[in-house]
Amino acid sequence: MRISRRILAGLATASLAVTATSCGGGGTSGSFDDTVTVGILHSLSGTMAISESTLVDTEKMAIEEINAAGGVTVGGKSYKIEYIVEDGASDWPTFAEKSKKLIDQDGVPVVFGGWTSASRKAMLPVYESKDAFLYYPIQYEAQECSNNIFYTGATPNQQSEPATDFMYKRSPAAGGDFFLVGSDYVFPRTSNTITKAQVKQLGGKVVGEDYLPLGNTEVAPIISKIKKALPEGGIIINTLNGDQNVAFFKQIQDAGITPSSGYYVMNYSIAEEEISTIGPEFLEGHYGAWNYMMSIDTPASKKFAKSFKKRWGADRVVADPQESAYNMVYLWKQAVEDAGTFDDNAVREALVGQKFDAPQGPVEVMPNHHLSQTVRIGEINAEGGFTILEETGVVLPQAWNQKHPSSKGYACDWTDPSKGEKYKL
Amino acid sequence: MELLLDSLFNGVAIGSVLLVAALGLAIVFGLMGVINLAHGELMMLGAYTTYVTQLIFKLPILKPFYNSYIIVSIFLAFIVSGVVGILLEKTIIRRLYGSPLETLLATWGVSLILQQFVRSVPLAYGTGLVISLLIGLFLPSAFPSKIKESINFKYFKFSSWIFAALTGVLTGSVISSSVSKLSRASARNVDVTAPSWMRGQVEIIGTAFPKTRLMIIVITLISVIAITLFLNQSAWGMRIRAVTQNRQMSDCLGISTEKVDIITFGIGSGLAGVAGVAVSLLGSVGPNVGGNYIVGCFMVVVLVGVGNLLGTVLASFGIGIMTDLIGAGRLLSIWPDMPLPLSNTINFFATTSMARVMIFALIVMFLQFKPTGLFPQKGRMVEN
Repeated sequence: MRISRRILAGLATASLAVTATSCGGGGTSGSFDDTVTVGILHSLSGTMAISESTLVDTEKMAIEEINAAGGVTVGGKSYKIEYIVEDGASDWPTFAEKSKKLIDQDGVPVVFGGWTSASRKAMLPVYESKDAFLYYPIQYEAQECSNNIFYTGATPNQQSEPATDFMYKRSPAAGGDFFLVGSDYVFPRTSNTITKAQVKQLGGKVVGEDYLPLGNTEVAPIISKIKKALPEGGIIINTLNGDQNVAFFKQIQDAGITPSSGYYVMNYSIAEEEISTIGPEFLEGHYGAWNYMMSIDTPASKKFAKSFKKRWGADRVVADPQESAYNMVYLWKQAVEDAGTFDDNAVREALVGQKFDAPQGPVEVMPNHHLSQTVRIGEINAEGGFTILEETGVVLPQAWNQKHPSSKGYACDWTDPSKGEKYKL
Repeated sequence: MELLLDSLFNGVAIGSVLLVAALGLAIVFGLMGVINLAHGELMMLGAYTTYVTQLIFKLPILKPFYNSYIIVSIFLAFIVSGVVGILLEKTIIRRLYGSPLETLLATWGVSLILQQFVRSVPLAYGTGLVISLLIGLFLPSAFPSKIKESINFKYFKFSSWIFAALTGVLTGSVISSSVSKLSRASARNVDVTAPSWMRGQVEIIGTAFPKTRLMIIVITLISVIAITLFLNQSAWGMRIRAVTQNRQMSDCLGISTEKVDIITFGIGSGLAGVAGVAVSLLGSVGPNVGGNYIVGCFMVVVLVGVGNLLGTVLASFGIGIMTDLIGAGRLLSIWPDMPLPLSNTINFFATTSMARVMIFALIVMFLQFKPTGLFPQKGRMVEN
């Protein structure tokens, strides 16, 4: 053998990649004057597929609902919404590539897509350079305010800040030390910077912090660090993403890091969907913070959950990211109808100020392209849902976080040309 | 003392996951020189086998034996991955011996096919397919040669494949109708829940150890011992070693190198399946689970050098212990008042991501000085 095995093995190690697949779709036809095709872009394969495929289902359902109610009416003509689904394959450059394809080749007026911040950061330059519009439905670290993205998920002050406050003041581990665990990418790192600043303000102490590279499920070193830093129990803030949570919770339970021994985990990326995958037996007694929880006892919430189960199967659940995805499709429809055109720039103007009676309660689009929302803290129960413990009033979104050292004192306003992306308050 | 024990245990725990995953690769790569990029996907098949076994053991007939499903699945996973491995050898790898680059590309293609396969085929029918492969490949050789000679062997083979296909379809539909979770294709990750006797911790000399980790260590130890015994004590083991040392001469002496190749590859693949059972206990099971481990496997194999089982063991545990030492910042607790710049450096690397960077850097540095690995092979074979 002339080529050394070692070199080949090195090559082998380096050449691992993921494929992408795509498919089209549509609904049933009724009496419409015309059709409009929108883009849906989420990971249907790879490590994020577990979470993102639920958004595709929800967006399809929202589109079908709108079509069943007569479609989108623009300038007196009724349009049936059709969609093209693309697979981002949990690979960030693929998201950018597929965005280009949807905008240039398919000419869609709007793309609903993304989950991880890394995918959004990869897509952002595409939408800005082509002046297209992306609707992004996930709670995220903020510190961004693009004219070409509409964010329907929570900003940190609508999720992690009330959650940290709850953990430090009113949880069973109140007053305890904090340990921060996250996947190694932008959301956990930024979110934890904000949490650290907030814990300091509250007078608490962060005793440790660790990040797991995406795809890695070896959490043994993190467990020994937690045990060393919090020997008597304490508060763990978890921003792990996707299936890494399964490894984390399986292994910490085996290592005796459980609520009964004084360790309480507050999760920012675990909703009903993830609870059912990880298994409630591993999560019971830990916490989550979201704008929407399936256990909200209002007619709007129940109707949302019921229609989703009817459409996709009785064993399916709905969760906060899905609710945000659902809201954004409806908000887009309202904005288009108000603008009287599918043109991006007109829709963008019409979007600010749109109100919608969402499953979580009323939401409104703010001038910084984010939503005002209600925050809820819940304890995970044995049935795989949340027992809602606290509920705030409507919280306004901060695109630039007021606790993060780099963005303190800044805000974003796209309705005023003199203010724009980032201006000093 | 407790710290040392804890650190040693953690290192061994991380190392044994690496070892069980790399063991099959070390055999295939070390003994046959085949770079099998689909090794991770064979692990994935093992992990899915565990999941399917778990669901089948939840059926009313098997419910009383539910607690033992994990033991059963170790054997099943070995068989499933082994059969797929043998098929892979028979159809693709055999044609590419001696052209390692092509093998690399072909097996990478196979890995993509296998990933997409579990995404788009319902697991019940996947199980059926594996069962028909198993029957089709082994049924002809199960009959004594007298019967085979009396009928035309071609027809015999053909009819046994038909029988195999029918059995496969039948089992597929039986499983699909009785376990609803297996009847739909899904790209979503699934979860293996360890039986209750394997959850929680045991206390040994005042330190608590998680039971699943102990189980993985036990699985690894048994695999290593079994494979060592097989290679050193059995007749086929001797033939495998003979072929490794000199293929042409072994061929001349009447050893069927074809059979040796099949057996070696089958065992290597089967061990990947066993590794799949082990990793399913730690995290979730999904189409990408193999990809997460394959880099670690190659890291071990490259560090060791070619074809040395003892070396594989040492390298795995070495990497495991280093990962724990660096990643958990243990040096700081051993030597708390070290000078500030040093402790800052150690703190900087004391996260899981940075520990990985450090390990890679150390391996690269090590290979600069010993490019043939920890245990380079000596003797005549090295020269060709």
